[in-house]
Amino acid sequence: MINKLVGSDAEAVSDIFDGAIVMIGGFGEAGSPIELIHRLIDLGSKNLTVVSNNTGSGNVGIAALIENRQVRKMICSFPRSTNSVVFPELYRAGEIELELVPQGTLAERIRAGGAGIPAFYTPSSVNTPLAEGKEQREFNGQSYVLEYGIKADFSLVKCQSADRYGNLTYNKTARNFSPLMCTAAETTIVQAKYIVEAGEIDPETVVTPGIFVNRIVEINEPAHESILVASGERYLR
Amino acid sequence: MNSTERVGWSRIEMAQKAALDIPDGSYVNLGIGMPELIADHVPEGIEVIYHTENGLLGMGPVPEAGYEDVELINAGKKYVTAIQGASFFHHADSFTMIRGGHLDISILGALQVCEKGDLANWSTGKPGAIPAVGGAMDLVAGVKNVWVITDHNTKDGQFKLVNNCSFPLTGKGVVDRVYTNLAIIEITEEGLKVRDMAPGITFEFLQEKTEPKLLQ
Repeated sequence: MINKLVGSDAEAVSDIFDGAIVMIGGFGEAGSPIELIHRLIDLGSKNLTVVSNNTGSGNVGIAALIENRQVRKMICSFPRSTNSVVFPELYRAGEIELELVPQGTLAERIRAGGAGIPAFYTPSSVNTPLAEGKEQREFNGQSYVLEYGIKADFSLVKCQSADRYGNLTYNKTARNFSPLMCTAAETTIVQAKYIVEAGEIDPETVVTPGIFVNRIVEINEPAHESILVASGERYLR
Repeated sequence: MNSTERVGWSRIEMAQKAALDIPDGSYVNLGIGMPELIADHVPEGIEVIYHTENGLLGMGPVPEAGYEDVELINAGKKYVTAIQGASFFHHADSFTMIRGGHLDISILGALQVCEKGDLANWSTGKPGAIPAVGGAMDLVAGVKNVWVITDHNTKDGQFKLVNNCSFPLTGKGVVDRVYTNLAIIEITEEGLKVRDMAPGITFEFLQEKTEPKLLQ
């Protein structure tokens, strides 16, 4: 029998090892799996490469993971925002590596990684500093740059509803990168607001089919990153 | 002239000018900042569908106080609403819309635009600056029409319409039109062509504020 539900968020992330490549869903706080990130901070794995659109805000979630010195390298499109303080400080001090990727290229690299496509050509970033040193090729008289797919050891995502097979639905713009990340990791770990019976999610509305998911934990009332940031919360080990 | 004194159109008037140029039925992506103002000025009877790259087609206005949803935001991470008939999708689909040429108009802010339509809007390249690109390079690479809305000069009076961009490029030869507080300027094969000027602005004054030679 297939049952991907696990007992706790701590158990769900317990084998994330030092040096792992970890994809983390979310665009700003929408879709950020904050409980799974905090359990990863409790676990303390080091030298992680994190693939996520942003670098978090305040001193919680991804920002706290970075502040706790667990992240060696960030692969992202927008590493600063209004309340982003941790990453900029470490980056200026030369203590964290950054691979800056145009947002659409980041999405496509993750999609390609999950789809068994090692690399692809894209028009984004041609003639800019982000294309420097990359292979370029012309198709129909236009230049394109070669970009490589990304695979991860683990993906951490947040969804709305999940069943024991791992079929997932999302909520509004909290979907963003998560369905792509589910496909691109060796082990995909999901925090779901609701666990439902198999069959309750109409097959026509399943966004992530269960084959892409390995572990699910129910978090009914996830913390709101913006509320934690506003109240000056720090999550440190 | 005091370079900090605002002349020409106000920000609202600039947004109104750009809004009037959006054809009925267009699919439009508005950048963060001044471009966002444009949505408030589209005339009655014109239907425009707004795309936000974090996964929403059919973005509506800011919600009423008390109705904010942390999982319903725009690319600027501000609370928004979804219109009747909206759709949500993941990032690869969102950038398929952008890069695949399905969106009609992208309206962006700028640090610099050159006479050939090169755009610099993501980094000043200064030491200590945190580089952040977001979706800008994908938007200029894929959207059919790229418009820029920006003040004509920097706060300290520097050119923003330049012969060659000194800041790192977002894209080369990508901008079609620029809306500033002084004028509306088309980027053409021949050069920068002035389509409209704000009341009280002379062509000579406009030229003085613009590095490349302007065409009337």
